Amino acid sequence: MNIELKNIHKHFGKVHANKNINLAIPSGTIQGILGENGAGKSTLMKILSGFIQADAGGEIILDGKPVIIHSPADAIHHGVGMLHQDPLDFPPMRVLDNFLLGRSGGLFPNRTTVARDFKLLAEQFDFSLDPDSYVDSLTVGERQQLEIIRLLWLGARILILDEPTTGISASQKTKLFATLKKLAEQGMTIIFVSHKLEDVEHLCHQAAVLRAGELVGEIKTPYVTSKLVEMMFGKEITLGERQPAQAGEVVLSFTNISLEDVRLKIKNVDLQVRAGEVIGLAGMEGSGQGMFIRACAGLTRPVGGRVQLNGQDLTGKSYHTYKHAGVNFLPAARLEEGLVPGLNLTDHFVLAEEPKGVFIDRAAGQKLAEDRIQSFNIRGTPLSTVESLSGGNQQRAELALLQSPLSLVLLEHPTRGLDIESVIYIWGKLKERCRQGASIIFISSDLEEILQYSDRLLVFFSGKVSQPIDAAATSVEELGQLIGGKGWANMGDEHA
Amino acid sequence: MLKGRGGGFLFQLIALLLAFGFVSLILLSVNASPVDAYKNMFTGSFGSMRKFAEVLVAFVPLLLVTAGLLVTFSSGLWNIGVEGQVVLGAIATTWVFRYFLESSLHPAVIITLAILGGMIGGAIWASFTGLLKVFGGVNEIFGGLGLNFVSTALTIYLIFGPWKRPGVASMSGTVPFPAEFSLSQLAELRISPWALGIALVGIVIVYFILQGTYFGLRLKAVGKNFRAAYLLGIPTWQYSMYSFLICGALAGAAGAMQVAAVYHRLIPSISSGYGYLGLMVAMLINYKAVFAIPVALFFAALNIGSIQLPILMKLDSSLSGVLQGVLVLFVLLAEGARQKFSKKA
Amino acid sequence: MTQETILIGLAGVLASAAPVIFAVLGETLSERAGVINLSMNGTILLSAMGGFAAAYNTDNIVLGFLAGMLIGALVALVVAFASITLKQSQVAVGFVLALTCRDLSYFLGNPYMGEPGPRLQAAPIPVLGEIPILGQLFFRQDAITYLSFISIFLAWLWIFRTRPGLMLQGIGEKPAAAFIRGANVNLMRYVYTVIGGALIGLAGPAYSLAIRAGWMGTISGLDGIGWIALSITIFGGWNPSRAAFGAYLFAFLQWLGLVLQPVFTQVPSQVLQVAPFPLMILTLLLVNIGNAEWVERTLAAMPETTRKILSKALRAMRASPPSALGVPFESE
Repeated sequence: MNIELKNIHKHFGKVHANKNINLAIPSGTIQGILGENGAGKSTLMKILSGFIQADAGGEIILDGKPVIIHSPADAIHHGVGMLHQDPLDFPPMRVLDNFLLGRSGGLFPNRTTVARDFKLLAEQFDFSLDPDSYVDSLTVGERQQLEIIRLLWLGARILILDEPTTGISASQKTKLFATLKKLAEQGMTIIFVSHKLEDVEHLCHQAAVLRAGELVGEIKTPYVTSKLVEMMFGKEITLGERQPAQAGEVVLSFTNISLEDVRLKIKNVDLQVRAGEVIGLAGMEGSGQGMFIRACAGLTRPVGGRVQLNGQDLTGKSYHTYKHAGVNFLPAARLEEGLVPGLNLTDHFVLAEEPKGVFIDRAAGQKLAEDRIQSFNIRGTPLSTVESLSGGNQQRAELALLQSPLSLVLLEHPTRGLDIESVIYIWGKLKERCRQGASIIFISSDLEEILQYSDRLLVFFSGKVSQPIDAAATSVEELGQLIGGKGWANMGDEHA
Repeated sequence: MLKGRGGGFLFQLIALLLAFGFVSLILLSVNASPVDAYKNMFTGSFGSMRKFAEVLVAFVPLLLVTAGLLVTFSSGLWNIGVEGQVVLGAIATTWVFRYFLESSLHPAVIITLAILGGMIGGAIWASFTGLLKVFGGVNEIFGGLGLNFVSTALTIYLIFGPWKRPGVASMSGTVPFPAEFSLSQLAELRISPWALGIALVGIVIVYFILQGTYFGLRLKAVGKNFRAAYLLGIPTWQYSMYSFLICGALAGAAGAMQVAAVYHRLIPSISSGYGYLGLMVAMLINYKAVFAIPVALFFAALNIGSIQLPILMKLDSSLSGVLQGVLVLFVLLAEGARQKFSKKA
Repeated sequence: MTQETILIGLAGVLASAAPVIFAVLGETLSERAGVINLSMNGTILLSAMGGFAAAYNTDNIVLGFLAGMLIGALVALVVAFASITLKQSQVAVGFVLALTCRDLSYFLGNPYMGEPGPRLQAAPIPVLGEIPILGQLFFRQDAITYLSFISIFLAWLWIFRTRPGLMLQGIGEKPAAAFIRGANVNLMRYVYTVIGGALIGLAGPAYSLAIRAGWMGTISGLDGIGWIALSITIFGGWNPSRAAFGAYLFAFLQWLGLVLQPVFTQVPSQVLQVAPFPLMILTLLLVNIGNAEWVERTLAAMPETTRKILSKALRAMRASPPSALGVPFESE
């Protein structure tokens, strides 16, 4: 099926998530969509799959006919099927029930014919799925396979896949790619959304790159990797003046640490962080850096290895022990994890202090709040509830909550969504902490921020962790390749 | 305007009017005059000193329960088991009295011990719900409900079993305690100033805990955002347990008052439903301690004021419960409507 | 005790469980769609009173049952409106309704107190009723008891075998996934809450027009049954057949309490009546303990093989509620 997107715009309030996107994808093509987190990829895909509608004036043309897609169910009527990164299926139900749910028909679905169709489709692509097993016993890769044949059975002729190679095994990936190529040969149109350069280069006939909501370029195979990286991350990164750390004693030491969750395994990481040092964690979201920083905070228990903080063994200790030892963690989800909606700034500052007696000294609390509000330049009053503050001010409030003295500050996306003034301000405050002897580990998807503010950095890719890289000696180009999964062979195989 | 405090007040006023309007329609549907009904309820509760004293008798346990529930609601817990905690408070108080029946201790000491016993009994019973929640993953609503039934069974077992009256056991309860075991009452009136004092002290303490202490602030943080409270360094599950214990102790004190100041024995329905009614009061005042006294007094007045209705108007006294429930329901609906409107505005 | 008395007793157990069955099935449907209807205790009382009043005034027993269902549906509609449209806490609204409807039933039922009214008669099925033992147990009951048998099967069939029933499971489990498959999530939640409410409303007349015919106000002995039914719904793991088993078990234990009365003379009958409750708390504990945080933490620290065996055992016991129970849904 031919797809044409014309003048697609999408505003969310003030944010212009898609700016005038025009894209044509001929039938039988595997189209790659590349871009950083927040570049507008998922907005565009949501428009195409009916979750949201584009602003007035945009057009979606399928096989020459303009269509309006009202809902995801409507999309599949038009032949557009989407495979979500987290499969939208029903884990406690059986595979066959998942397969037939959503297909219209009589009151009692005929399971025999459904099972026959299921078997035929599964065999066609060499998927070995047991229709009677429960979905929650399946791997992510198998759930993907189930979704693919389900969408095909519903008559999809356009298949959108969102980051499909995250969390699946190498053999499942090979099978997935073979399937997609086969489908394209049969005239299906495949849209492959990914940040993994290698996957896109390997699979896609053509690729479009989005950056900051705009379509910045289209390339056909064969690709020039450096060109893709340049389009994804922008070529001109102006680095501010770097302030190298005066590295001191070892603060945090990871020996042979291994971590696990349902999706990823990180194996045998060694890392030593010195006082005053800033370590940046780079990588696309969900590559393992979130699990890693939570392990630094004592929130995730390593399945193997040893953690030491200032020479004290903290392996397997609770988060609160870490906190008492001088580790503070500022999560990315400010209102979900970092702050307490419904409480005001004074309440927060009082909570963060060690209690003095039983009763709160209101006047002292007020004074404390006023001081912090002033020194952290928060736009709000001591009585402002945190949810009434803007994002930048919430972030400043979180920083103002850090205890003193501190050994280690852990931050997830410390400046995401903030204006440049806030960014500079916040890093000023953080560097101040470093001069006082704290070390910082932070996650960011902004390469510029990582390069500018870290002394060393680690790159994460699908649970693999790079050796620490000297930030002064690397480039956007090199980092972009590593983040996209290229060039890992040269890194040495210590962590593979 | 809809967003501000004024808007909230407007919606509450509308809710109040709608609630009274709705109940008036119910009254009209059974051919009763709403005006007469409300008037009778008013005179039935405030018409004489004796009647007002009765209102205060109901006000005491209701206020204590409400005070306790403000603590559990602050920490985000739905302590529906409060009813059973009142019952266990009453049972524990009765046990202490029975234990000291033959004792030569001064009655004041015994009464003090009995009330403390009631508080401990309520707290222990509440801790079961808490332990089931924290370590067993059983939602406090279901754990609490189950324990409520068990507490009722326990009461009946005691009244008909080990604590039965000599001769024949009956639903009228255990043998009444000697007069010196009751909290002293005002002349001619059933209200004990001591009981009233204890209830007021209870709500004042809760008010200060929630408004002015580190403990209260931490409780609120746990209730509003469990995850963030944990990350801020608060031992979250311990705080959940503390709030169950405090609420249980206050509910237990309510049960103790029912035994020591009202019935002077253990009866099958010793809690009189004040646990559930306290949940309604807490919801109606939107979990703010400052309004607890007037609203609990109002609810107690409705309960007492409706007692005369069967005689005066041939209406069932459950009208008070209907009015209380409809009021809370409309206030909840109005709050939902306000949020919907202010989101759209 | 003769075989005859045991059979009569067991047939009585089947009949006396009928109202609880309706209530539990109604609640199961509602919760499967993601809405907790906590008003059950009040709904049953109000529909018992309303159903009796309707049958009494019209002298038509069928109208009595319909009136009960209508009351249940209306109360459920309030729960649905408050929670789905106004996004208020389902627990708060349901609880308030539980108390309000109870008091309303006492208030409005005042004129009917102790009045003799119509009562559903037993309707033995010819031929089937003559089968020894089975006939006496299952086929010499009244119409409402037969309906309870059929309802269990129909509810099971609907949820697990029909297309809309499968979607119902999906809506309670992952509304977003049901939405992309074309379900109108919030409309369906309304529909199932109201249907579930109607079933709960059937429980009331099943008491007041059959098992405990008449309206006795506060001494009807119906206060508390809704809370019991709520616990049985959880015990039943949101599965009609397991829930029905819970209801029968409960009725059986209560009957056993009565039968054993002469044996344990020192234990008052009221205590044996509530004997199932500690048992119920224990079951809830077993069913839920796998969800507790410390279990997860302890498991995480164990070697992989032990961990896998233990979590399997916990999973087998666990009755997981629909994942989206009580969670509002918005499609973007």
